[in-house]
Amino acid sequence: MTQAAPGLAWNPMIADAMLPARYRVDAIRRELTGVFTLALVPVDGGDALTFAPGQYNMLYQFGVGEVPISLSGDPACPRPLVHTIRAVGTVTNALQHLASGHMVGLRGPFGTHWPAEAAQGADLVIMAGGIGLAPLRPLIYQVLANRKRYGAVCIFYGARTPDEILYRDELEQWRSRFDLTVEVTVDRAGPDWLGRVGVVTRLLAAKGFSPPDTIACLCGPEIMMRYAVLALRDQGVGPERIYVSLERNMQCGLGFCGHCQFGASFVCRDGPVFRFDGIAKRFDIREI
Amino acid sequence: MPDTLLISTEALQGLLDALIAKGYQPVGPRLERGAIVYETLSAASDLPRGYLDEQGGGHYRLSKADPSSPETAGIFRYAVGPQSWKGFLFPSRQSLWRARRTETGFAFEPETDDAPAYAFLGARPCELAAMRIQDRVFQEGPYVDRGYAERRARAFVVAVNCTRAGGTCFCASMGTGPRAEDGFDLCLTELLDADDHAFLVEIGSASGRALMELVRHRTATPEEIERGRRAITDAAEQMGRRMPPDAAAILASNPEHPRWDQVAQRCLSCANCTLVCPTCFCSRVEDTTSLDGVEAARHRQWDSCFTLDFSYIHGGPVRRETAARYRHWITHKLSTWHAQFGTSGCTGCGRCITWCPVGIDITEEVAAIQATERAEPLGDE
Ligand SMILES: Cc1cc2nc3c(=O)[nH]c(=O)nc-3n(C[C@H](O)[C@H](O)[C@H](O)COP(=O)(O)OP(=O)(O)OC[C@H]3O[C@@H](n4cnc5c(N)ncnc54)[C@H](O)[C@@H]3O)c2cc1C
Ligand code: SF4
Ligand code: SF4
Ligand code: FES
Repeated sequence: MTQAAPGLAWNPMIADAMLPARYRVDAIRRELTGVFTLALVPVDGGDALTFAPGQYNMLYQFGVGEVPISLSGDPACPRPLVHTIRAVGTVTNALQHLASGHMVGLRGPFGTHWPAEAAQGADLVIMAGGIGLAPLRPLIYQVLANRKRYGAVCIFYGARTPDEILYRDELEQWRSRFDLTVEVTVDRAGPDWLGRVGVVTRLLAAKGFSPPDTIACLCGPEIMMRYAVLALRDQGVGPERIYVSLERNMQCGLGFCGHCQFGASFVCRDGPVFRFDGIAKRFDIREI
Repeated sequence: MPDTLLISTEALQGLLDALIAKGYQPVGPRLERGAIVYETLSAASDLPRGYLDEQGGGHYRLSKADPSSPETAGIFRYAVGPQSWKGFLFPSRQSLWRARRTETGFAFEPETDDAPAYAFLGARPCELAAMRIQDRVFQEGPYVDRGYAERRARAFVVAVNCTRAGGTCFCASMGTGPRAEDGFDLCLTELLDADDHAFLVEIGSASGRALMELVRHRTATPEEIERGRRAITDAAEQMGRRMPPDAAAILASNPEHPRWDQVAQRCLSCANCTLVCPTCFCSRVEDTTSLDGVEAARHRQWDSCFTLDFSYIHGGPVRRETAARYRHWITHKLSTWHAQFGTSGCTGCGRCITWCPVGIDITEEVAAIQATERAEPLGDE
């Protein structure tokens, strides 16, 4: 009667889908003020969890609560499972105080993924704002591991200030490669910032990709994605070649709690990554 | 055994005894605090007798039938009340699991479900439809809610066809009633007139048939079957409301209609409609710890898309305006539900109309939008 969803690590009829598995913090890395990366390893053994770039897990902090957090590590090395988190509220603040050896609960991976396969042969625009670079990093790793299969690859990243540039060392490293275009901009900066200032969508003018042959993957605040979509479409990237990752309140990840609805879609399982042509009209409806 | 039997009113006790003998816990309509509610039945005499309901927008009243009329003996002559069977299959608050601190961290303890095997006595056709709709949500998608699936599989359903429509019913236009076609083990039709009171019993499953071996019955005559059919047709003809057949398309095409702001001026955002609705499935989880921090628990409880917290994300709720929340509710029920689950999310039971404190009427809202439609459909999706 029922079938396991693709990519599911457990059989939903046997395992209770609401019951987390236990994971231990292997390492915690402070990235920026209030932003940290957790590397997690399973406590109870079992099959290695595999994931696709763009998917997320539900992370549980004992007694406090559970939140959706994207995988931010390399899908080719899913052990440990890496998550980059910005502390903004009750659960994420509690997660911030974890230390190596502590335990968390984890359910997942859930959701749709970036079109790493569909984009092969095409130019690739990867655009992120703020913490939105975290869910795109697994895609960048996967593309770099198979670099020859893609055309031009552009990474456009925007942060509020120079101090809030996530994965700065890696961005530098990627920028030094000849087979990548990497542009970083900030909203505002002091005099010692020599880079670009302005909204991330302006970086699209930098070109380096051929719009009709481009696949674009966007993750960031919805307002940023809205402008990015407009700019991309102006340049001739079709809506069926644009992918966005959306954020909604999530309590289950399974399509049961109803909180994540966005029109007819459950963002938890029909998303978080959506091909834009499927949601174009509703993307413009306020408070849908 | 033929497919349609006749039992006397007294045999209802025999039916309950047989259910109990088979290990079921019978649940059915009882009179509590002025309303019909579903609770454990210990005897057939617990069933309300001679009560008629009066329902309208924001209005519900039970009254005793005139002692000189045959209605005074009637048992199922009222329509659905504020509750539905949802509360038994998908409890309003449920423990999901517990966790306990250990030396190396913590350990999870899965919750065991100790719900009995229920026998639902008196499930109306619209309520069978609601169960089938929730089946799609909880057990026919990519994930299965095991607790729901187990409680559902164990339950025995004695349906009751409607022979008198409630004031807010519109099941006939939703294709869910007033006659039950399937989805029951047994289905009763009350035959009631001045000199006769009995029940037709249709057999819907092998366990229904086995149960009837234990209950005094005889074969129903064609005349009796015809009387039952007519009584159900009467109920269909009494319904004063209907849902426009293309409600799904009307709502999909009008997310920006001015009616949303108008209805929002009346809507109190109280969530009553979602809590009485037999198909609404939304829930929220709640994580707690014991005072000493050693034990943690997770519960799941009913939630409603009418609350501000429902759509909360860092930065604020997605649906701040009442207009957006009402639009989400009705559009989900009647339109996006089709895309999600291949069926409408509305059975036409009328509860959301009756229990809305200001009497907002789901059929009237769709009709109002239809009457003044102007937008073009969401063509690209
Ligand atoms: C698919 C997906 C992937 C995400 N990936 C990441 C990531 O990689 N890194 C990261 O830092 N953040 C990510 N987020 C956002 C993160 O889930 C929220 O910041 C987090 O839920 C806030 O919870 P809190 O308890 O700390 O905040 P509070 O404001 O105290 O939240 C209370 C509750 O509201 C809900 N809630 C609040 N904000 C959000 C939100 N933005 N999204 C969903 N539910 C919310 C949660 O149920 C939360 O428990 C992701 C969100 C989604 C939907
Ligand atoms: S939306 Fe209203 S009429 Fe439809 S099933 Fe729910 S409560 Fe009944
Ligand atoms: S109408 Fe609201 S409460 Fe009911 S199922 Fe839909 S989103 Fe959930
Ligand atoms: S997160 Fe519960 S339905 Fe999507």
